[in-house]
Amino acid sequence: MAKYSKEMLLHFYRTMVRIRDFEEAAADCFMKGMLAGNIHLSIGQEAVASGAISAMEKEDYMTTTHRGHGHCLAKGGDVNKMMAEIFGKTTGYCKGKGGSMHIADVKGLCHLGANGIVGGGIPIATGSALASKIWKDNHVTVCIFGDGASNQGTFHESINMAATWKLPIVYLIESNSYAVSTEIHRTTNTENLSVRALAYGIPGKTVDGNDPTVVYEAMKEALDHCRSGKGPYILECKTYRHQGHYCGDPAVYRPAEYMEEAHKHDCIPVMRKALLEKKVATEKELETIEEESKQEIAGALKFAEESAYPDPSEATTEEYGTDNERGVAR
Amino acid sequence: MSKKISVSKAIGEAMHEEMEKDKNVIIMGEDMGVMGNVFGITKGFRDEFGADRVYDTPISESGFCGMAVGAAMRGMRPIVELMYNDFMTVCADPILNQAAKMRYMTGGQVEVPVVFRMPMGAGRRNASQHSQCLEAYFCHMPGLKVIAPCTATDAKGLLKSAIRDNDPVIFMEHKLLYAHKEEIPDGEYTIPIGVADVKREGTDVSIITWSREVDFSLEAAEELAKEGINVEVLDLRTLVPLDWDAIVKTVSKTHHAIIVSEEVKRGSYAGELSAQIAEDLLDELDAPVERVCGLNITSPFSPTLEDVNFPHPADIVKAVKHVLNK
Repeated sequence: MAKYSKEMLLHFYRTMVRIRDFEEAAADCFMKGMLAGNIHLSIGQEAVASGAISAMEKEDYMTTTHRGHGHCLAKGGDVNKMMAEIFGKTTGYCKGKGGSMHIADVKGLCHLGANGIVGGGIPIATGSALASKIWKDNHVTVCIFGDGASNQGTFHESINMAATWKLPIVYLIESNSYAVSTEIHRTTNTENLSVRALAYGIPGKTVDGNDPTVVYEAMKEALDHCRSGKGPYILECKTYRHQGHYCGDPAVYRPAEYMEEAHKHDCIPVMRKALLEKKVATEKELETIEEESKQEIAGALKFAEESAYPDPSEATTEEYGTDNERGVAR
Repeated sequence: MSKKISVSKAIGEAMHEEMEKDKNVIIMGEDMGVMGNVFGITKGFRDEFGADRVYDTPISESGFCGMAVGAAMRGMRPIVELMYNDFMTVCADPILNQAAKMRYMTGGQVEVPVVFRMPMGAGRRNASQHSQCLEAYFCHMPGLKVIAPCTATDAKGLLKSAIRDNDPVIFMEHKLLYAHKEEIPDGEYTIPIGVADVKREGTDVSIITWSREVDFSLEAAEELAKEGINVEVLDLRTLVPLDWDAIVKTVSKTHHAIIVSEEVKRGSYAGELSAQIAEDLLDELDAPVERVCGLNITSPFSPTLEDVNFPHPADIVKAVKHVLNK
C-alpha cells in the first residue's frame, strides 16, 4: 500500500464504494419489484474491477459479462445512463433495448459490451485485439469473464489464436468459485485457472482479487506485457460473490464457510480499516467519499425513475443499419 | 466488352476489388491463405495483401467468427468463410446471438459489418453434414441480411454490396454453381441488396426461387415453353430483406405461385414465403401456393438417394402442371 499515492488509494476505495452502492441500490429496486427481468450483482468482487480497470488506459478496450455493472462503472461509466438502462428506460446506454446484460459504450468508453452468453465476449474481445494489432494502435483489450466461462470452448479457441498471433489482450478471470450453483472444482481439475497459460505458451498468474492494489499491480504487468507486443496474458483474480447468481437467488448451494471467508476478505471494510490504520486517510475523508457516492447513486435512481420508457414504436427500430423498415417488415 | 468468368472467379474478384479499395477489409477462415481456399477462390491473396489481411485460421469456427464480430465492432470489415454452411452449428452463437443482435441490443450504437460467406447445397455427394441448405436458420434471425445468388454477375455485384454494408450479411454460395460461367460487366459495378431479378418473363405461372434452383427453374421453363406454358422465373437473390414488391408484381401478373428451394421442406424459408403470399395475396391466386423443396430427411450420400432430395427440372415441370391443372 505504501508505494501508492493517497490519491490513487482513495481512487481505488471510491470506485469500490461506488460499485457497491450502485449494486445495492439496484438490488433494492429489484426486490421492491421496480425492475423487470433479472440482474447479476458484483457485490464482493469490486476490488477486481477497481484495481484492474484503474490500470488500463482510457483507450484500452474491454468486454465484460452478465455481471458487468462494476466494470462499466470503473471504466468511467455514467451511473445515470447505467441505472436508466437497468430500468429499461430510453435514457439508458442502450435506450432500454439491452438492459443489465448488454450495457455497452463503444465510442465513449471503449466498452465493447457486457454479454448475456457466458464466454460469448471472449472471441469478441480477441477480435478487438486483432484490430489493434493490425492497426498498430497500441491499445490493449481486456477481456473480463468468470471462472465459469473458462470452460467454454471459446476460451480455448480464442486464447490459442491470440497466443499464436501475439494479440494484445489480457484475459482477466474473476474467479468467484461458482458457475451459478456449481463449485469450480466439481467441474475443473486444477486449483488455479491461470495454469492453462502454459498450454498456450503465454504467461499466466493468479492473484488475490480482494485487494485492489494487488490486482492493479498484476494488471499493470499484464498490460505492459501485451502493449510491448509479446502477446496475450491470463490474469486470474480470486474473489467472492456475496450474492447468489442472480439477485434474489438465496445461494443455498454454497457452504456457510464460503460466506465466512467472503466477509473476512470483503474488499471494502478491509481497505477502509487499512487506510485508517496506516493513516492514509481520516475517518472524515472516508465518510465524505461514502456520502458522495450515496448521493451520486441516489441521483442516478432518481434519474432512472423519472426517465421515460421507450415508446412501443421503438421496438422495430435499429434492427438494421440500412433498409431497416423492409428488414423488420417481412 | 464483357468477359466470361465463373461464379467462383466472380466472388474472388469482388473480394479482391474491395480489399484493394479498403484496407480494413480482411479475410478469415480455414485454408483461406496459403492454400487459397478449398475452391481456389483466394489463391494468391495472402501473397498480395499480406498475412495480416488474409488469415489461415485454426479449426475454431466459434472463435474466429466471434473474432470477426469483435474486429467489426472496432471498424474492420471482415469477410469470414465457413468452409460449408453446415458448420454454422458449431458457431451459432457468434453469428446468431452476437453479430445479429449487437446493433439492436446496444440501442443502435454498434455496427457489425461482417460478411459470412458459406458454400452450401446438395449434388456433390458430400453426405449429411456437407450438403445442406440452411438459409432458414439465418433468415429466421433478425439483424442478419441473407443473400443467395445464382449467377456470376449477381454474385460479384452482391458480394461487393455485402462487404460495403454495415449490417452482418450471410452470403450463401451453391458449390455446384462455382464453375458456372457467364459474361459479366467489365469494370466496377455493384448490385443492391434486397432487389430481386426476373430471370425469365412469363404470364402463366410465377416460380419464385434462388441460388442453384434458379438454373433448374429456367430449364423447366424451357421445357414448359415447348408445351405453350409461359413461366416467369423470379430470382430473389436476396432473401432478407425481401423484395416483396417483386413478389406482388409477379404473382399479380400470373396468379400462380410456386416456391422452389433445395431446403428441407419443413420449416423452410420457402414455407415462410408461401405463408406470406397466402396471407397477403390470396385474392390474386387462382390456385394454392405450391412448394417444391427437398425432403424432410437427412442429406443422404449415395447418388440415387441424394438425387431425390433436391428439386430437379422435372420436379418443377410437374409442379407447374399441377398448379395449372394440366
